[in-house]
Amino acid sequence: MALSNSISNIFGVSPIKPLQNHMAAAIKCVDLLDPFLKATFEDNWDKATDVFDKISAEEQSADDLKKQFRMHMPKSLFMPVSRGDLLSIITKQDNIANLTKDICGIILGRKMAIPKKLQDDFIGFAESSAETCHKAHGAINELDELLETGFAGSEVKFVKKLIRDLAAQEQKVDKKEQKLRKKLFNIETDLSPIDVIFMYNIIDQIGGLADTAELIGNQVELLLAK
Amino acid sequence: MEFFTEYGAILIIIAAMAGFFMAWGVGANDVANAMGTSVGSKALTIKQAILIAMVFEFAGAYLAGGEVTSTIRKGIVDSAIFAERPNDLVFGMLSALLAAGTWLMIASFMGWPVSTTHSIVGAIVGFAAIGVSVDAVHWGKVGTIVASWVVSPVIAGTLSFALFRSVQRLILLQEDPFTKAKRYIPIYMFFVGFLIAMVTLLKGLKHVFKDNGMALSFTDSALIASVVGIVVAIIGSYLLSRIKRDLSLETDNRFANVERVFAVLMIFTACAMAFAHGSNDVANAVGPLAAVVSIVSSGGDIAAKSIMPPWILLLGGGASRGFAAELGAAATVVIASGTGLPISTTHTLVGAVLGVGLARGIGALNLRMVGSIFLSWLVTLPAGAGLCIIFFYIFKASFGQ
Repeated sequence: MALSNSISNIFGVSPIKPLQNHMAAAIKCVDLLDPFLKATFEDNWDKATDVFDKISAEEQSADDLKKQFRMHMPKSLFMPVSRGDLLSIITKQDNIANLTKDICGIILGRKMAIPKKLQDDFIGFAESSAETCHKAHGAINELDELLETGFAGSEVKFVKKLIRDLAAQEQKVDKKEQKLRKKLFNIETDLSPIDVIFMYNIIDQIGGLADTAELIGNQVELLLAK
Repeated sequence: MEFFTEYGAILIIIAAMAGFFMAWGVGANDVANAMGTSVGSKALTIKQAILIAMVFEFAGAYLAGGEVTSTIRKGIVDSAIFAERPNDLVFGMLSALLAAGTWLMIASFMGWPVSTTHSIVGAIVGFAAIGVSVDAVHWGKVGTIVASWVVSPVIAGTLSFALFRSVQRLILLQEDPFTKAKRYIPIYMFFVGFLIAMVTLLKGLKHVFKDNGMALSFTDSALIASVVGIVVAIIGSYLLSRIKRDLSLETDNRFANVERVFAVLMIFTACAMAFAHGSNDVANAVGPLAAVVSIVSSGGDIAAKSIMPPWILLLGGGASRGFAAELGAAATVVIASGTGLPISTTHTLVGAVLGVGLARGIGALNLRMVGSIFLSWLVTLPAGAGLCIIFFYIFKASFGQ
């Protein structure tokens, strides 16, 4: 019998877990950035290609999760957080995966060799930016605890602290970015102009990862305010 | 009467079958509830849950359902008008059972959430007003009943909102919610015991006491109910003491252990919900049956046995929310049962769930579903009435009246 007139049907699927799963997929992309860069520094382009394939696969799975998430967000859902905020968070999370794939795609496509002098700073900058994404992941991971407490009390304070840490981390990334640009500027006349343009472009995008992570933090903060 | 000596046996058989059909409808509706939900709290096995629900459904129908049964039996129709034509009343009540049973089955097949209460009341009003005469209906009483359908979800929502807020303040927002949960949850268990005992003493056992020449004042009842509540709380505390904190569960969600403590409370509120359901929904299914034949207790037995325990398995939002919604709804239904008002357990529970949702307690509620549940209100009344009128005329025709 098609007995589906269950009162339990009034419970929609909570958006929290799917949102966290999507963020986890995006973070997997970001975590592959480091091995990818290290492979290119070693001039090991086969390995870099392998890592890039993994990144593409993760980016694809993040994309699928995003589509599913949107499909299960009808306007008739009544949630403790606004639907618009959630959709905007998942778009930003998805940007993290997309940016990572773009960064690695350009480096791989151009077989871009980062000058030896810049490599330490470059990897430090990239790791720092990835760390910002991890902090955003941390804030997203608190959403189920926030729901449990009904978005009130010490849990809110805790998440606000996480978001402050996130913002501080993003500022560190900014400083590292400035330093790296300066170093690149000092040697840019010795390099091929086209390579230099793309290097600035890559630095920009890696900084963009941290910016996006901070935007996620801001959006989570908005959830707390309501 | 000659009519009853001639057809008595067959009428009772039809009534029993109709009653069984009706109980099947109620059961099917609630089995759906049970099946559709994942067993969130593993506090009970399914078997234990069924057993407990059966006991409490029956206890609710038997101990606290009397007022509702009598409202359905005598409150909606004017029995004076039927004094000269008792067969019409018998046909009408039989038709009401069949109509409600049929409507519940149709609704179950189609996946519509409908209320047993609304089907029965709609059916009785239908045959009395159209099959007999508009004056045969106590419209004042019907008005009160319909008003209670609007009020009950609102009250349940308010109660569950307040309950959830109290849980937030006392437990969830504290430094050590696990310890606080163990400390404060027995208080909620006390309320469960107190509520059930109070209604049983004030309403259910009133007649038993009167027969034995005993009378309890309100204060006496409150005292006894308090003792029952304390006993329940002590049993609950013992169960709670067996829950040990398992830190490995907290890596993903720091409240995992707190939810395990609430799962124990859910057993108690599920009992209250089964009791409430028995005292109202089962009782109003028994009502027409009682009017046709005096097999109230066996009828109640049939109804209680066929009902699965939907409440324990219910509520995807976690035990700390499930309990708030259930206790809010159970309190509302039990109090309504005490005053003899037949209200819808389903709608009351929906109201209670919305209350918790408004306190930002639930991940997502499907408002379209809520809408269709409340829409089924409006559809169920004419559907129950229409089906009942059809059955009524079929009966009259087949018995040559």
